[in-house]
Amino acid sequence: MIKDPQALIVGKKNWEDYYLFSLESSGIASQALPGQFIMVRISAQPQPLLRRPFSIHSKEKKNIEIFFQITGLGTSLLSQKRIGESLDILGPLGKGFVTGESFQDKVIVAVGGGRGIAPLYFLSQELCSSGASVKIFYGGKSHKDLPLKEKFEKDGIELFCSTDDGSFGYKGFVSDFFKAELEKLNPSCVFACGPEEMMKKIAQITQEKNIPAEFSLESVMGCGFGACWGCVKKIKKNFKEEWTKICEEGPVFSREEIIWTEEEK
Amino acid sequence: MTDLSVDLGFIKLKNPVLAASGTFGYGLEFSPFIDLNKLGGFVVKGLYFSPRPGNLPPRLVETPGGLINAIGLPGVGVERFSEEILPELRKYNTAIIVNVCGESNEEYASVVERLNKEEGISAYELNISCPNVKKDGLCPALSPKDTFSVVSLVKKSSSRPVITKLSPNVTDIVEIALSAQEAGTDALSLVNTFLAMAVDIETKKPILANTFGGLSGPAIKPLVLRMVYQVVSHVKIPVIGIGGISSGKDALEYLITGAKAVEVGTANFIDPETTVKIIEELKTYCQKKGIDKIETIIGTLKV
Repeated sequence: MIKDPQALIVGKKNWEDYYLFSLESSGIASQALPGQFIMVRISAQPQPLLRRPFSIHSKEKKNIEIFFQITGLGTSLLSQKRIGESLDILGPLGKGFVTGESFQDKVIVAVGGGRGIAPLYFLSQELCSSGASVKIFYGGKSHKDLPLKEKFEKDGIELFCSTDDGSFGYKGFVSDFFKAELEKLNPSCVFACGPEEMMKKIAQITQEKNIPAEFSLESVMGCGFGACWGCVKKIKKNFKEEWTKICEEGPVFSREEIIWTEEEK
Repeated sequence: MTDLSVDLGFIKLKNPVLAASGTFGYGLEFSPFIDLNKLGGFVVKGLYFSPRPGNLPPRLVETPGGLINAIGLPGVGVERFSEEILPELRKYNTAIIVNVCGESNEEYASVVERLNKEEGISAYELNISCPNVKKDGLCPALSPKDTFSVVSLVKKSSSRPVITKLSPNVTDIVEIALSAQEAGTDALSLVNTFLAMAVDIETKKPILANTFGGLSGPAIKPLVLRMVYQVVSHVKIPVIGIGGISSGKDALEYLITGAKAVEVGTANFIDPETTVKIIEELKTYCQKKGIDKIETIIGTLKV
């Protein structure tokens, strides 16, 4: 984990309120693993005050990418940065997905909902290079919420798209599409990132079929490196439930470790 | 060569920059980013006698120029701290100050008694002012009487200097400061966080699970400077300023007002190198102004 006070923005693409930034940061790129994240300082001024966490979307040589959607002040200000400006970033942070040679020749499914697709590109890069056959389920509210479709397709990764409104691909929730296709695909392992309700359903489905699964959790973070204890969620450790720092011990956890929050609305 | 050291009477710091409890973990979290040896010292996260889980999330919410937290003092407890963490901290040449917590006066005393047995601690900072552990932010630092009784008990138990950390959530902080001084505290640190809350207009609920939290960050600096000014005019013991410090300029404002040292808090989350940068900025300021000893600017406020 290092601080790079001047990661140069070398690429920027956007689709409505979704953005893809490419940052030159050789130190962080050389250490980054799929599922890890960076903390980005948005402003040198005290507004917004805290850094914002972004999972690492890809890495290539000296560069890493982040993919985000405008959801508030921080992401809105970030989206206005231009190529040639630099960002103060910390990373790579946290513990990522399990990858490696054991996935060779295995079918692996990754499910991304909305901006939750972000870390799954890096994951699929890594899994493909270990010789796994990677299938991506990519779900969004509408066609416009699937901006990375072409990027995955270009890499030859088999994509299963769904939209809640049926404007593209399967009509309905990505978790339902996943459930419908599961038998046929018969994956050895499932990874997921997205809204909590989606991940909860993926957890239930994979548990019923007894397929190992890992999930990347999201939380409001104060520091990103374990100092503030602000980002905790309840995690099972050694048969006990503990408030656990997502930034340090996660953001990726196995299904068995996660205690999903009860619906209250 | 500028002399940045400051003498608090009971301890000499190599410079006036400390890291504040609750924002610096157990110190080791920052070793990938900075050389801890450069700091005047750091105050480790509050310790109760036993391990504690802390509050339910959400624990954090950002506000303009500020951060409201309701972490609720989770921690490893005094035993694990002594066995596993303190041996690592002893390797550093800097003042290690342990922030001491308690549900009761007796718990504060028992934490101190356990830590007395351990080498490598420079002082205790008595956390009688956390707003996040009892209903409505209740804590001993809200009352002169409660402050007196906990400070005097801990002073009896302690083999080390005691710094008492005060709460800003009072009508007259001078009254509390005098009470802690009378009870024998060796120094005061001002202040803990300001009791605060934030509301979600969609759910119509408080954003923090705890409803209330403590506000810190740049937003509180002017409020705390005022309190430091009031307190240093009335007490004989050293005062450490804490609140919204993220630059050398901020630290200097506190020193000029009369604080003998400062603690850097929330800024550590934003830039883990903040403490070291502040030390550099203090050095630059002194060199530019021809100041040989930083101590000579303490309390030089012209009113």
